[in-house]
Amino acid sequence: MEGGAKMKVMNMVNAINDALNIKLAEDRNVIVYGEDVGVEGGVFRVTEGLQLKHGVERVFDSPLAESAIVGTAVGMAAAGLRPVVEMQFSGFAYPALNQIISHVSRLHNRSRGRYNMSMVIRMPYGGGINALEHHSESMEAFYGHIPGLKVVIPSTPHDAKGLLISAIESNDPVIFMEPKRIYRAIKQEVAEEKFNVPIGKAKVLSSGTDVTVVAYGAMVREVQKAIVMAKEAGISVELIDLRTIYPIDKETITASVKKTGRIITVAEGPTSFGMGAEIAAIISEEAFLHLEAPPKRVTGFDTIVPLPKGEHFYLLTPEKIFYEIERTVKY
Amino acid sequence: MFEEYNPINEKIFRVIDNDGKVINKKWMPEISNERLIKAYKDMLFARTADLQTVSYQRQGRIYTYPPNYGQEAISGATAMVMRNEDWLVPAFREMGAYLAKGATLKELFLVFMGHEDGNVFKNANNMLPTSVPIASQLLHAAGIGYEINYNKKKQVVYAFVGDGGTSEGDFHEALNFAAVWKAPVIFIVQNNQYGISTPFKMQTASKGIAIKSIAYGMKGIQVDGNDIFAIYQAVKNASEYALAGNGPVLIEAETYRKGAHTTSDDPTKYRSKEEEEAWDCTDPLKRLKLYLISKKLWSQKEEDQLVEEYKQEVDRQFEEAENYPAYKLEDVFKYMYDEMPDDLKKQQNEYENFMKWKEARK
Repeated sequence: MEGGAKMKVMNMVNAINDALNIKLAEDRNVIVYGEDVGVEGGVFRVTEGLQLKHGVERVFDSPLAESAIVGTAVGMAAAGLRPVVEMQFSGFAYPALNQIISHVSRLHNRSRGRYNMSMVIRMPYGGGINALEHHSESMEAFYGHIPGLKVVIPSTPHDAKGLLISAIESNDPVIFMEPKRIYRAIKQEVAEEKFNVPIGKAKVLSSGTDVTVVAYGAMVREVQKAIVMAKEAGISVELIDLRTIYPIDKETITASVKKTGRIITVAEGPTSFGMGAEIAAIISEEAFLHLEAPPKRVTGFDTIVPLPKGEHFYLLTPEKIFYEIERTVKY
Repeated sequence: MFEEYNPINEKIFRVIDNDGKVINKKWMPEISNERLIKAYKDMLFARTADLQTVSYQRQGRIYTYPPNYGQEAISGATAMVMRNEDWLVPAFREMGAYLAKGATLKELFLVFMGHEDGNVFKNANNMLPTSVPIASQLLHAAGIGYEINYNKKKQVVYAFVGDGGTSEGDFHEALNFAAVWKAPVIFIVQNNQYGISTPFKMQTASKGIAIKSIAYGMKGIQVDGNDIFAIYQAVKNASEYALAGNGPVLIEAETYRKGAHTTSDDPTKYRSKEEEEAWDCTDPLKRLKLYLISKKLWSQKEEDQLVEEYKQEVDRQFEEAENYPAYKLEDVFKYMYDEMPDDLKKQQNEYENFMKWKEARK
């Protein structure tokens, strides 16, 4: 971290809260609302304390209607505000899809740039928390497929803070997906002051020579555990934390694969038409002659995420990831 | 007004009859003769433009178009109340309101010729572009209303939807949010009796739409939408009520879509000649014209002359739209993001290479 910066130990919940707090304090146009985000501070307590600090006009509970939460944010953004709205779970965001697809992603284009859709739609996503149905899915590829949106997923408290600040400052609409499984699982020192992590830039977390693994969100930590196993087996893995789903950082992925000759995508969502498919296509286009093994998708099944008794089959464990790393390297 | 015409009493608000005679002196608004004549001329212009636009479509010079024919008083009356600083959140059958806000026919024609540049409405202050997904725009109006309250501005949002749109969830969510937030939004439902081919009685089992306001804790009123005095009075009262910080109002304006849903639709399939003729007696222009003639403020001769002028003006703007510069490849890409991702630049660039290749082959 930058020398001299005051640091504080934060988990991802603290870091997101901190980013919101900084932007609320700095920019009166920032408004935070959604279901239970005000008094309670959200079901995951991400917005805890913000209403007390910034007032009920700026941080508040909305009626329970996802389409309206996003649809009203469209109007607010058109009128010059920068709303940051919360979908309580990504699995409950579907009623808002008409607004997201028909207006959030389009009003800038439809009005030929007259109206910015400067808004952030935050949503916790992903499995592994022993939840009810609709609480475990990973639909980031779906949002990445909608032209006009930016889609961001942090994997650490530091990135969560810096990316959310960038998202709020972006004049383009950002879907900010939060890996709820690691909301509190990772703690690290994060600068207390304001900083940005740029949208659209992946990060090489560990360099290696045998295979490139692209992951994001909660999967980064699982891959890191798999890398320990790979190291013991004598396999050198380069790990890229994608951080932004769209615009996807093709350069970083391609440069890495040109070095390693192998690419694995680790993503929780369904296999077909997903992130692994997209990254395989990018590599086929950009680094075809460098490939020594077929691009591999280590992803969820094309099934519904099973309820907790069956979820262990679906989840990508370090062991499963290591198994696929070894198969790709030995191809 | 909202007490006297509480929708629970199922009393429709009307000021003049079908012959333009005042039947409700108490609520006859005070409008100067000049203003009234201007309102009539604006409606006449909108009607002339609308009918001509349908004929352009028949000539194959524009794509699909949703006619306004028969519904002109609702936009016309709203235009008399709506101020420059107020917001217009339209659906797509409010030509008079568009023009009053500062949109031009040329821009509208561009949209129906298939060019997004028409959607900018650069001289229309505080106006969103046409919203095609039914009722989805009403939520934008509620959000704008929140911003108005948040910044303590003195503005009103005029948001339009049709009767079919009131069955959409977004209609109900917008009313609910606006009422909870006391947002200064006037929701104007143009109940033209049909959602494409579906008659109003198949749309809801409710006794009208205005009555739905009660459950949301907001004011509502059912108005004769072909009576410009009634609509004006209702919109004016609603706007004063909203400006005073009392929250939103739902206005149900009863009207009849004399034309087709769009130029792709054939109303003879789902409604009778008798029905159409019965509604013809309520025509909003006819009623205002009879009123003006009775006050010696208008004549058919004046009208015929004016319509000829209007036709030429409509043609002129249409030709301007036809001569608008051709759509460029960059227009496809450059407004997708405020900051264009490299990927899009690359896609544009690759297509430029293809165009060069195509050119070289000739």
